[in-house]
Amino acid sequence: MRAQFVLSEIGIGLRRNLTMTIAVVVTVAISLALFGSGLLIRAQVEAMKDFWYDKVEVSVYLCGESSQAATCGGAAVTQQQRDEIQADLEAMPEVDTVFYESQEEAYAQFREQFEDSPDLVENVTAEALPESFRVKLEDPTQFAIVASAFAQRPGVEEVQDQKALLEGFFNVLNKLQLIALIIAGVQVVAAVLLISNTIRVAAFSRRRETGIMRLVGASNLYIQLPFLLEGVLAGLVGAGFAAGALVAVKAVLVDGQLRPNFPVIAFIGWSDVLAILPWLFLTGMLLAGLSSFVTLRRHLRV
Amino acid sequence: MIRLEHVTKSYPTSTRPALDDVTVEIDKGEFVFLVGSSGSGKSTFLRLLLKEEVPTGGHVHVAGKDLHKLSSWKVPALRRSIGCVFQDFRLLPNKTVSQNVAFALEVIGKPRSVVDKVVPEVLELVGLDGKGKRMPDELSGGEQQRVAVARAFVNRPMILLADEPTGNLDPSTSVGIMKLLDRINRTGTTVVMATHDAAIVDSMRRRVVELSDGRVVRDQSRGVYGYGA
Repeated sequence: MRAQFVLSEIGIGLRRNLTMTIAVVVTVAISLALFGSGLLIRAQVEAMKDFWYDKVEVSVYLCGESSQAATCGGAAVTQQQRDEIQADLEAMPEVDTVFYESQEEAYAQFREQFEDSPDLVENVTAEALPESFRVKLEDPTQFAIVASAFAQRPGVEEVQDQKALLEGFFNVLNKLQLIALIIAGVQVVAAVLLISNTIRVAAFSRRRETGIMRLVGASNLYIQLPFLLEGVLAGLVGAGFAAGALVAVKAVLVDGQLRPNFPVIAFIGWSDVLAILPWLFLTGMLLAGLSSFVTLRRHLRV
Repeated sequence: MIRLEHVTKSYPTSTRPALDDVTVEIDKGEFVFLVGSSGSGKSTFLRLLLKEEVPTGGHVHVAGKDLHKLSSWKVPALRRSIGCVFQDFRLLPNKTVSQNVAFALEVIGKPRSVVDKVVPEVLELVGLDGKGKRMPDELSGGEQQRVAVARAFVNRPMILLADEPTGNLDPSTSVGIMKLLDRINRTGTTVVMATHDAAIVDSMRRRVVELSDGRVVRDQSRGVYGYGA
């Protein structure tokens, strides 16, 4: 096998078909960029789960003087109720730790959280905020057991699961991921058709050469390899652009915009991006290689 | 070297078979003219030898191989032992004479050292020494056909198939090509040539196989083109 010969054939083929090659590269790049985005979104969801599921708590809010809930009976929680609730919470096997937050502590945290909005802080007093038990569960998915045990108890205003707030956000991300993957799938179909058409045109424009190659006894591999490598090369270049796009998204959007504005949220790191890139190149190569191979079997038979 | 046993070839689009129960045996080193009018089956005959077509019935043996049993990945090896020349030369217009001949060696993976040595030799053999750097369109028809013969012969095949090699050439140029094919034949290469050219067949006095409507109607050693034709 003469590498120089094969390489020069590839160069000739790509130049003769420049517009088609560009179309293939662009389609593959878009398809793989969306595919990669889907994977990045999944990595983002996982990163947030890892970060938050350790920290999410179930909040058992206790009745205050102005509580409207039926379980409060229009009165604040009594000392006895409070002690019983705490004892029962600590006795539950699902519960890891219980932490009591008084109205003053809640107010302090509220002021810290909204220090940029002094108007809001001025209008709220410590009495307006509920005292609560912050409950950390052994397994954050076991919220329902705690909720059913305490939601109807006298002195409990509301049981709130922070995980439910996160889940809404995760749902949005998962839908985004699904949309990205669906568009990627459509683009994959377009890429396969384009590659197969490009290879067909290339095979047709070089039928004189391939005809002579067949006559003098060149092997199938020798005849088909330049075409196959042309497809794979276009696929790899497309994957390269897709990889560049993902790196740019991570650097400009995630690190440049999102991270400074949402410092409390855990974002994907470079290791997540680097883990995805090999898959892009592998997918691009297989996509182009397989569609070229199938086309060649139909159009360049010995 | 070549043996056809009761070979029939029908194409699905035609009611009459292109070859009908053809039995021919050609020995090593023979020079055979395949004559007959257009559509008599000459081209199909040659294509069967290359396994470009598969017979509908009967057996084709080439260079000791039964082509029916030859698996498809061994077809390239078969074709390396057969050289081909055509009426329309089939040269690559964007390559020089040398590159055209070298192409046949490169695509079967011969190393550059062999190519550099063999190509000038074969160009000299066909009478084109010194014209290696010319482009095909700078050459006359006869010279272009010599390039095609050089390409077919550069790999020293056992068999040379020629499909009307003089069909596009004037009579005096044709004589030159025939002398070249005769010289190649004298090196021990079996030559099978399909032709319409009565003058050439008559002057060479070699074996003649005549096909008509896909049947062998005459097989004559030291024959002429036709009795009445």
